[in-house]
Amino acid sequence: MDFKADHFTLFGLKQAFRLDLTDLDSRYRDIQAQVHPDRFAHAGEAERRLSMQWATHANEAYQTLKKPLERAKYLLHLTGHDIQAESNTAMPADFLMEQMEWREAVMDARNGGDHHELEHLHNRLRADIKGRYDELSQLLDDAGDFPLATDRVRRLMFLEKLLHEIDDALASLEE
Amino acid sequence: MALFQIAEPGESAAPHEHKLAIGIDLGTTNSLVATVRSGIAVCLNDDQGRPLLPSVVRYHADGTTEVGYDAQKNQAVDPKNTIVSVKRFMGRGTKDIAHIESMPYDFVEAPGMVKLKTHAGIKSPVETSAEILKALKARAEAALGGDLVGAVITVPAYFDDAQRQATKDAARLAGLNVLRLLNEPTAAAIAYGLDNAAEGVYAVYDLGGGTFDISILKLTKGVFEVMATGGDSALGGDDFDHRIYCWVIEQAKLQPLSPEDSRRLMMRCREAKEFLTHNPEAPISLHLATDEMVDVKLDVATFAAITQTLISKTLQPVKKALRDAGLRADEVKGVVMVGGATRMPQVQKAVGDFFRQEPLTNLDPDKVVALGAATQANLLAGNKTGKDDWLLLDVIPLSLGLETMGGLTEKVIPRNSTIPTARAQEFTTFKDGQTAMAIHVVQGEREMIADCRSLARFELRGIPPMVAGAARIRVTFQVDADGLLSVTAREQTTGVESSITVKPSYGLSDDEIAGMLKESMEHAKDDAMARALKEAQVEAQRMIEATEAALAEDAHLLNEDEIAKIKSTIAKLAETMAGDNRRLINIAMDDLGYETQTFAHRRMDQSIKKVLSGRKVDDIKVGEEGEQA
Repeated sequence: MDFKADHFTLFGLKQAFRLDLTDLDSRYRDIQAQVHPDRFAHAGEAERRLSMQWATHANEAYQTLKKPLERAKYLLHLTGHDIQAESNTAMPADFLMEQMEWREAVMDARNGGDHHELEHLHNRLRADIKGRYDELSQLLDDAGDFPLATDRVRRLMFLEKLLHEIDDALASLEE
Repeated sequence: MALFQIAEPGESAAPHEHKLAIGIDLGTTNSLVATVRSGIAVCLNDDQGRPLLPSVVRYHADGTTEVGYDAQKNQAVDPKNTIVSVKRFMGRGTKDIAHIESMPYDFVEAPGMVKLKTHAGIKSPVETSAEILKALKARAEAALGGDLVGAVITVPAYFDDAQRQATKDAARLAGLNVLRLLNEPTAAAIAYGLDNAAEGVYAVYDLGGGTFDISILKLTKGVFEVMATGGDSALGGDDFDHRIYCWVIEQAKLQPLSPEDSRRLMMRCREAKEFLTHNPEAPISLHLATDEMVDVKLDVATFAAITQTLISKTLQPVKKALRDAGLRADEVKGVVMVGGATRMPQVQKAVGDFFRQEPLTNLDPDKVVALGAATQANLLAGNKTGKDDWLLLDVIPLSLGLETMGGLTEKVIPRNSTIPTARAQEFTTFKDGQTAMAIHVVQGEREMIADCRSLARFELRGIPPMVAGAARIRVTFQVDADGLLSVTAREQTTGVESSITVKPSYGLSDDEIAGMLKESMEHAKDDAMARALKEAQVEAQRMIEATEAALAEDAHLLNEDEIAKIKSTIAKLAETMAGDNRRLINIAMDDLGYETQTFAHRRMDQSIKKVLSGRKVDDIKVGEEGEQA
């Protein structure tokens, strides 16, 4: 076991998108219970440093596997598929058009202080995103269609960002 | 009355096996020290049976100091040299400090952190805090009758890096080995959770003398997991006193007061606040030096009205923390109240209304943080506890980032990340032949650099000249388990590595600490050299014990040669330790550290493998390195 091992191996999981989150939580806690710096506060310098590195690594691995978008990106990375998040922003026109409509709706609701409408948009988008993750798990785990999965992940990156913006707008209305 | 020492089953009462560790609540108004005795956390009282030590330090012209009740008694006599609420100045510049105009001190602006001019010289808040810590340390040593292996010191969860670093520096200056900086609400959660076998999501609402914290924690089978934290590191009971003070000045139409009168009136206001907890009306009367008489009455309703904005100021961070945790108020199972200021009825009512449940006030709000810290200190020192083992997963309260083009912030580590954590970001040069790059590290949530707290500026030099955009500079942020940041930058295309680790700019340099130590020693009775030697010997002993314990458990991970090598290095350290050469002891400790590195790696691997093999799942991959199972 070393830092080069992938995150799935660290938690003793098979490399797949479908994941039991409760199981991941308990594996993560078991690992932290072994490596956390609090276990080594009375140990020598070498062990203290090593423990910090391992605990940091376990936290990063957990955060990556916990969030579905990060997990999908990580799986594609492991299988050698680059999502080209920075360099390749070209998306199909109909998808971009749809995005613009969403954004306008969010902006209108925010400017109008329409809490109810923002909640509605939040719920609609959440449902849309959930359906897309179902499709993605099928593409990654069953069909093994990584090129199509890459495209779906890039779309989800837009949608997750939009969801985040809706939540920010809701938060600023509450304050 | 004689006390019997009773050993719990599975717990040894042998004194040499029990390591002495303490928990310190370094508060704005009061501080406490606690320890675990016979499996129970208790606060250590002073010789008059009082658990609290007022966080007040008075400097005398001869360089001696007075700490606690005596200093507090004299605060109105000698306000300029009697420092109260020093915690508010930790890691802060003058422009960060609220109500600075109504404070009697002579402030001296210094880079990063304000200093105070007293007639014993210019003092950093770090030095003043160290005086409080020294008094608590002395109290603990007297009560426990031995050398302390270390202390857990609590800090507000919302303290930023500057404030945490200042606290750690103060502990160092006081000669304490810091086992961990622990967030106050988390300490309270440990005390509460272990006592009540609590499970589920809890909120800890901690309103102290000068700081406010809210933490949302998930408690599951021995794991305390902080989901989100928030607060205001400049809002506390002191502000309620200040509101009363302003109200009195307005009611009595007073002219600006002398520092002495101002301090005395502030004390009356604090008394009135406390009186109103159990009474409908509080009289405030004072005979001023100008011969004017102040004589007003404050009733509960007026008090609630003039402090309402302060209370709603605490509810904003509560909402934000809940949002960050992805929870609604009704999903919180219990609300633990911590800090003396939560005794105010209007605070309890507001919190109860917000969460639609009666807040939990069954623990002493003044002691609970110290007791939790002592419990954690006992665990960290390696003492086996009677109760089950537990694990604590805490977070950083504020995002950490870098300045990018146009004065904007780029977040590198978002707030509420579980610590320890690290994140790397890559940058490149924008000019041909550029050999240096300026890096500006900030903390905060705002988009503009000017609205965030500046932590450090440094330059990475020695980048080999290349065309613009060719260099790859990797900046790594590492936050340790104390919530403290270190930043490393490294150019990595050419194999020529320039790397630098910074300690943020407000932190004291090692030389400054050494200077302060020397200065404080001149006034202390014990000899600086003797103390340093003693500390090295204690540390060496600790290291030998840790290594021997590891060998006893896991000698099978080493071959004969390796065991022999480690044993001879231990023997060498034991021999050096018996002498009085501190430098040689440090060298021998470094040697042992070096010799045990590989052993440490193998032990860590083994324990991780043990976790995985303990599961009945068929999809565990066997380690690809070909090590034995």
